[in-house]
Amino acid sequence: MAAPTAEQALAQVEKDEAEKLKLITVHKELELQFDLGNLLAIDPNPPDGKAFRQQNRAQFLCSLARDNTQLLINQLWTLPTQRVQECVVATLPEPTTRIPREKPVPKPRAPTRWEEFAKLKGIQKKKKTNLVWDEVHKEWRRRWGYKRAKDDTKDWVIEVPHTADPNQDQFAKRVNAKKERVAKNELNRLRNLARADKGKVPGVGLTPTSQPSKDQLGKAMQVAKRSTASVGRFQDKLPKEKDPKNMGKKRKFQPLVGDFKAEKSKQLEILKILDSKKPKMDITRAVNRQMREEDAEEAAKRRKSSKKGRGGGGKGRGGPKKGKGKAPARGGKGKGKGKRK
Amino acid sequence: MRPLTDEETKTMFEKLSKYIGENIKLLVDRPDGTYCFRLHNDRVYYVSEKILKLATNVTRDKLVSLGTCFGKFTKTQKFRLHVTALDYLAPYAKYKVWVKPGAEQSFLYGNHVLKSGLGRITENTAQYQGVIVYSMADVPLGFGVAAKSTQECRKLDPMQIVVFHQADVGEYIRHEETLI
Repeated sequence: MAAPTAEQALAQVEKDEAEKLKLITVHKELELQFDLGNLLAIDPNPPDGKAFRQQNRAQFLCSLARDNTQLLINQLWTLPTQRVQECVVATLPEPTTRIPREKPVPKPRAPTRWEEFAKLKGIQKKKKTNLVWDEVHKEWRRRWGYKRAKDDTKDWVIEVPHTADPNQDQFAKRVNAKKERVAKNELNRLRNLARADKGKVPGVGLTPTSQPSKDQLGKAMQVAKRSTASVGRFQDKLPKEKDPKNMGKKRKFQPLVGDFKAEKSKQLEILKILDSKKPKMDITRAVNRQMREEDAEEAAKRRKSSKKGRGGGGKGRGGPKKGKGKAPARGGKGKGKGKRK
Repeated sequence: MRPLTDEETKTMFEKLSKYIGENIKLLVDRPDGTYCFRLHNDRVYYVSEKILKLATNVTRDKLVSLGTCFGKFTKTQKFRLHVTALDYLAPYAKYKVWVKPGAEQSFLYGNHVLKSGLGRITENTAQYQGVIVYSMADVPLGFGVAAKSTQECRKLDPMQIVVFHQADVGEYIRHEETLI
């Protein structure tokens, strides 16, 4: 009893072994292409069309997928492995297949207003050297930033210009000018951003300018006046102050059910004006009239001549009568038609 | 809904005067009650005061139509007459064209009036004058523009156009959805 069982067991083990091997070995006519970095296997073998049609399709596809996955996993086992926290981990090589990017390519930044202008005028960017010679310190210094050459913020004395007010703080003036330049630059930056996004461009009429013109001042005043809690409704006016120009006009319509008499009289007034604009002499009508008169004259002449012609023929009493009878009939017909038209 | 502005009134009157001339006065100044023009959804309606006051109770987006639609303002602020205005144009028409019974159907299908279909025409009609088109039984059928003056009409081929079609009563069926 023991021998056959041992044999049986051995046979069973062998069979199992073979089964296992059969499970993990897959035969393909053409080798699969692998991109292990992406865990990708490409099967170049043409699918068996006959089997696909005869078998259960889902089953056929499933088995094909399983075989190919088996091949891929076999390939993975050939990679160097290591054990990380009781897990076998394979280190994948670099992927070889290039995958298209998920997001669209970022759009190039919209050109700023200056860049547009420079392009229009053909102004090229010039690379300046980073270091410049400082005459005062007798050394090479940076053009900009900390410890720059010709640093006007480090002046300990400033000459007061002849035209300037002697009591004005020239140091404060420089600092202010710098602050304004920075503010203006920031505003321009924001405007460029807004322009690129097609958003609302900020700062209309109140950009910092060193020498504001009359227009700019007027605009600034209007904006300041309306910048109250009540949108300038209770703001006082100067005795001779004019209303601002080009501040936008509001459409105003007459009330829907209002003064009907006034409406009627207004419309009649409009009609009167329209009437008075019409030319007194209508040229086309005059021409038509002329044409009609000429037509009538011609017709009359023709009638006369035909009468004369018939008369001249002189075939006796019966002839002319006949002719006369015919001619008016024809003429009448023509005339009737003409009038109808 | 709102009254017309002066500009709009002017453009509309100019268009109306091509068909009924100075008879617009009779539309504005009526002895049998107060009538007015009102604009709603770019369309001009000719309404009696009574109806107008009733219509004020309807919200703007729910109001489809009121009174008689005369036409509409295009987006370029031109005025187009609709066939619905025919009831008011026909009695005051200055220049008329009568269409022969055979050509009536063709006109009502939206075609121009040819010389062959012309029954009668008012004397002195100038070229490009707005005309009202009637059937021979004096039923108003629509309106259009004279392609030729009365004088020129006499010498035309039968297949040449006499009146350019603008609107006809067939539109009540053909343009049922768009015609308000």
